[in-house]
Amino acid sequence: MTDSQWPVWEVFVQANPGISHKHVGNVHAVDAEMAIQNARDVYTRRSEGISIWVVPANAISASSPEDQGAFFEPSNDKPYRHPTFYKIPEGVKYL
Amino acid sequence: MTLQEAKFEYLLRLGDSSLIIGHRLSEWCGHGPILEEDIALINIALDFVGNATSLLEYAGKVEGKGRNEDDLAFMRGEREYRNLLITEQPNGDYANTIARQFLFDAHMFFLYEELKNSKDETIAAIAVKSHKEITYHLRHTSQWMLRLGDGTAESHTRLQNAVNELWMFTSELFDMDEVDAILIKEGIVPDLTKVKAAWEKQVNEVFAEATLTVPETKFKQKGSKEGKHSEHLGFLLAEMQYVHRSFPDAKW
Amino acid sequence: MDDAKQVEAFEAKIASGQKIEPKDWMPEAYRKQLIRMMSQHAHSEIVGMLPEGNWITRAPNLRRKAILLAKVQDEAGHGLYLYSATETLGIDRTELLSQLHTGKAKYSSIFNYPTLTWADIGAIGWLVDGAAIMNQTALARGSYGPYCRAMVRICKEESFHNRQGYEIMMHLAQGTPEQKALAQDALNRWWWPSIMMLGPSDDQSPNSDQLMRWKVKMESNDAIRQRFIDRTVPQADFIGLTIPDKDMKLDEKTGSYTHGPINWDEFFDVIKGNGPCNAKRLKARVDADKEGAWVREAAAAYAAKQSKQKQVA
Repeated sequence: MTDSQWPVWEVFVQANPGISHKHVGNVHAVDAEMAIQNARDVYTRRSEGISIWVVPANAISASSPEDQGAFFEPSNDKPYRHPTFYKIPEGVKYL
Repeated sequence: MTLQEAKFEYLLRLGDSSLIIGHRLSEWCGHGPILEEDIALINIALDFVGNATSLLEYAGKVEGKGRNEDDLAFMRGEREYRNLLITEQPNGDYANTIARQFLFDAHMFFLYEELKNSKDETIAAIAVKSHKEITYHLRHTSQWMLRLGDGTAESHTRLQNAVNELWMFTSELFDMDEVDAILIKEGIVPDLTKVKAAWEKQVNEVFAEATLTVPETKFKQKGSKEGKHSEHLGFLLAEMQYVHRSFPDAKW
Repeated sequence: MDDAKQVEAFEAKIASGQKIEPKDWMPEAYRKQLIRMMSQHAHSEIVGMLPEGNWITRAPNLRRKAILLAKVQDEAGHGLYLYSATETLGIDRTELLSQLHTGKAKYSSIFNYPTLTWADIGAIGWLVDGAAIMNQTALARGSYGPYCRAMVRICKEESFHNRQGYEIMMHLAQGTPEQKALAQDALNRWWWPSIMMLGPSDDQSPNSDQLMRWKVKMESNDAIRQRFIDRTVPQADFIGLTIPDKDMKLDEKTGSYTHGPINWDEFFDVIKGNGPCNAKRLKARVDADKEGAWVREAAAAYAAKQSKQKQVA
């Protein structure tokens, strides 16, 4: 077996209850259990988290920068999806 | 022996074991087999130093002679240290360190589980905090026992050898003397017979899964309770204590 | 898009303050330069564990022992964040480490000096980490997203390092005469290496406009060095220690300190591998890697067995 630094796992940490897990970096590990422990030791040394997700780095699929235009620009011309698009007369409450 | 003396003695035993094994683990700093494990080992070492600090601080208070945790850690000699012999054994290779750590962690896990119920509130509070830490340590070292025991032929041999060498220090984990008797009677510390049974079960399970053989050696080492140590402790203390002792009036 | 146009778009993006992310197009020279810089930075963190780790077992009290353990552990963490960030450029950690172990990659010159007394731990936190923070806060404003994010995280943690170092020096400087002598001695030995570690002076280090334009480098070495000196000299004064530079004086007009000549021959000598501890530091890393090989292999073999068993079951 060739020497290696083990596979890469991406680490997501939830800082507080009620908010999303956020990507914080990665660790190297041979399996999920080790990845979780390593993530705990590396990324929560200062009480930064209450929950950890780890995902094998090669299991993540991502959109590509070339797709940026096609993927994300079409939503730029749909301001009517945002509440500020609509003018409501002053004095109307709870809208 | 008075209750106070017994309690002081017992706190030294707990505190010294944590301090010395923490010291050994900290020797790995910067030299671990992979960066993640380096970080994990230092975390564990840090927990032990913290645990030792709490215990020795309380020991000083119980003793009532004005000694604080640093006086106890840095100004006692080899014959006054009460750490278990297994904790002072050198790191050796990684298999050696993991085997030593696992055998000790499993002991500490079941011991502190009992100490959480201590009638001494301070001891109970320290045990509650420490038990959470040890739960993690034991999980970490158990996993490594499996990886090394059931990993490659080389890692298996190394780990089995390490276990064989360390086995003679394990019976001492459960020895009891007058100190224990006094404190057991007061509900301050547990009877180690119970701890021993839980320890044996845990060790047997992990050994079986790790494809390790439980050593048969009847040869046993003891003496830490009377401050009779292996030759290793003197060097360890010389290193640990020299700066502190070189500047008697200094504050750091 | 041809190369010239891609470069143009790339530079426009950086000029507008946007970050470059791993999958974005980037010039090969940019990728190479970042790999070189970031891995050098990562190596410095893990080699940097050695001179300080050297004193963990001898820390003068339990509080200092715990702080130093936590601090050196942070350095390991920083190394890990930085290797992580470097890996996003398409090179793996095995390769990066082999570059370190074969001497192909460099690390900061400062860690090739020995830590001789406990006071050196104070001096390193105060001076070496202080200088590093100057450099790193600048780098956090750079153009490569993963590097910036690592820098932000690292800078937050470094400020604890810097303060604990200064606190050690303060206690020593206000302690017994022997302790004060230790502190002054450590300052004497670490001052020049610390200001040198920020890199050769601008006239010896022609920073290409390109690296600045690409925001790989944010400020000149001399500018960062000057800021470090200006902040540090008053800190030394405050605790009654003397900066070992008889030519140092305050320029009333600019509010900056001018310093005496720096011995760049020494700096380049250490970089070339002739510092007091180069061989020792590298050997420690190589040995750890070699002695860890069977451990890494065993863990991988065990995981492979387990996943096979799961598939069967």
